[in-house]
Amino acid sequence: MNDSFVLPEGLPRPMPDELDGPYWDAAARDELVAQRCNACGTWQWTPEHLCHRCHSFDLEFAPVPGEARIYSWQRPHHPVHPVLAEACPYVVVLVEFPDADGIRMVGNLVAPPEGEIPIGATVDPVFEHHEAEPPYTLVHWRIRA
Amino acid sequence: MRTKRTMRGQVAVAGIGETTYYKHGQSPDAQFKLTLKAILAAAEDAGIDPCEIDGIASYADDKNPADRVAAALGMKSLRFANMVWGGGGGGGSGAIGNAAMAIHAGVADCVVVYRGLAQGQGGRFGSGAGYPGALAGSYAHTIPYGVMSPAQMFAMRTTRLMHDHGISRSTLRAISMASYHHAQNNPRAVMHGRPLDVDGYDNSRWITEPFRLFDCCLENDGAAALILVPADRAKDLKQKPAYLLGAAQGAEYRAGAGGHNNPDYATSSFKTVAPDLFAMAELGPEDVDVVQSYENFTGGVVMSLIEHGFCTYENANEVIAFDNLIAPKGKLPLNTSGGNLAECYMHGLELNIEAVRQIRGTSPNQVEGAEVAFVNSGPMVVPATNSLFGSEATL
Repeated sequence: MNDSFVLPEGLPRPMPDELDGPYWDAAARDELVAQRCNACGTWQWTPEHLCHRCHSFDLEFAPVPGEARIYSWQRPHHPVHPVLAEACPYVVVLVEFPDADGIRMVGNLVAPPEGEIPIGATVDPVFEHHEAEPPYTLVHWRIRA
Repeated sequence: MRTKRTMRGQVAVAGIGETTYYKHGQSPDAQFKLTLKAILAAAEDAGIDPCEIDGIASYADDKNPADRVAAALGMKSLRFANMVWGGGGGGGSGAIGNAAMAIHAGVADCVVVYRGLAQGQGGRFGSGAGYPGALAGSYAHTIPYGVMSPAQMFAMRTTRLMHDHGISRSTLRAISMASYHHAQNNPRAVMHGRPLDVDGYDNSRWITEPFRLFDCCLENDGAAALILVPADRAKDLKQKPAYLLGAAQGAEYRAGAGGHNNPDYATSSFKTVAPDLFAMAELGPEDVDVVQSYENFTGGVVMSLIEHGFCTYENANEVIAFDNLIAPKGKLPLNTSGGNLAECYMHGLELNIEAVRQIRGTSPNQVEGAEVAFVNSGPMVVPATNSLFGSEATL
C-alpha cells in the first residue's frame, strides 16, 4: 500500500492485451501514447484492429499531441467495491485531446476530493506505478497550475 | 408491385403478465419460476393456451434460456428464439420489436417476450465486487479508476449534459418525484406507500455526483411477460389489443466506442433511432398521449425526452416539471406505473406493460382517452430501442 496512490490497491488492475499493450508499456516509462492510423493519420481510442476512418489495419502508437482538457467528471460517494469503503469520495475525470481528433481518456483527478471541478481546465498526466506481479501503471490527471 | 416495408399495426400485444415485484433478494421463488409465472399470467390474460406459444424473445443476456422455457411450458413447437445484444436494459422495446418482426414475417404466430430477474440470486448490477482481479479491453481503461457500476458508467454523460445545456437539478428531481408520485396509486409498486417530496430528494445521499440516491433505479426480483400475436387474431382474444405502431433499435455513429469515446457524448443514443420509430408509426411526438421512459438514471430520461422531440434542449427545464409529468392532467404524463425508480426495476419491460395498460384504459394512473403510448428502453447503451403502441383508432 502506497499512501500516495489515488485509490487503494485491490481494485481490478489492467491486463494489457494485443491491442493496448503498447499503451501500458509506455505508461510504465512515464509516456502517454495512443493509437494512430499510419495510412490516414486518424487518432482513435480505445484501440481497435481497424482504423474507423479509412479501414486500414496499419496502426501504430504515438505520443499524444497537444493539451488534455477536462471534458466531464463525476464524484463517487457510494463505495461499490469493498476496497473503496474508506476511499470515497474520489473524483473521476474524462479528459479530451482536442489536437488528437478529440479522443478521450478516463482517470482519477489528483486533487483533494471536494470542490468544483472545472470543465475545460488543462490537465497533465500523472503516472502511478504499482509494484505488483507483474507491475502496472495507472494514468491519472492533475490540473495544470 | 413492391409493397411498403412496415409492420405498423400488423402485430398486437394480446396478453401481459407480472409476478409480485420484490425488493432484491426477497423473492421466495427461484428466478426461473418467477419467469414461468409471468408467462403463464400473460397467457391467461390473453386467453390462450401457453402450449400455443411458438416464439421467444428477450434481451440483456437473460438468464432464463429459451430452450428451458420451451421445454418447461411444453410448447408444441419452437419457431423463433431471439435475444437483443447488450447487457443492460436497452433491449426491452427491441425484444418486442423483434417478436413483432418474426410474426409479421410469418416466422412465428405467438411470441412471448419476457424478463425474469432475481438480483438476489443472479448478482446485482450496482455492485463492483464481482469483477475479476485483472481486466483486459476497454474496461481496463475505466474500472481500475473506480468507474465500475452503471451509475458511474453514465454519470459523466449527465455532467456534460447539464454543463452544455444548463439542465438543472430540479429537472432531474421532477423525473424522480413523478415516478414516486405515480407509484403511490399502484399497489404493485415496490415503493407504494413510500412517497418522495422535494426535501426527501434534496437530502438523499450522493451515489456519484451528479446522481443522488433517487436519481438511480431500484434493484428488484420479479418477472414480466408480454404475448404478441398477429393483429387480426388479437381482435378475437380476451383483451383490447394494443397495436404496435412502430419499433426501432440502434445508435448513432460510433456510439459504442470504448472508454467513453462516443463522439457525441451526452446522448441517450436515440438521435437516429427516434426518427426511425416515428417514421414507421407515421406519427410524431406531438401525437403521443403518455410516455414511459426508462430511468436507469434521471439524466438519461432528460436526454431521451429531448432526443424524441418531447422537448428541446432550450425548454427542457420548463417542460420537464413535476406538474407536467403527472397523470391524468399533465401535458407529458411520464412513467405512470412508477417505472424503474418506484414500481420495479424489471429492466424496463414493466414500462412496456404499462404502455399496454394505458391503451387498454387500465392503468392505476390512467391518462383519459390515451390512444398512443410511447416507450423508450435503456438510454445511453447500444443498441437503444423504443416502441410505440396504439389503440384500434390509430390504425
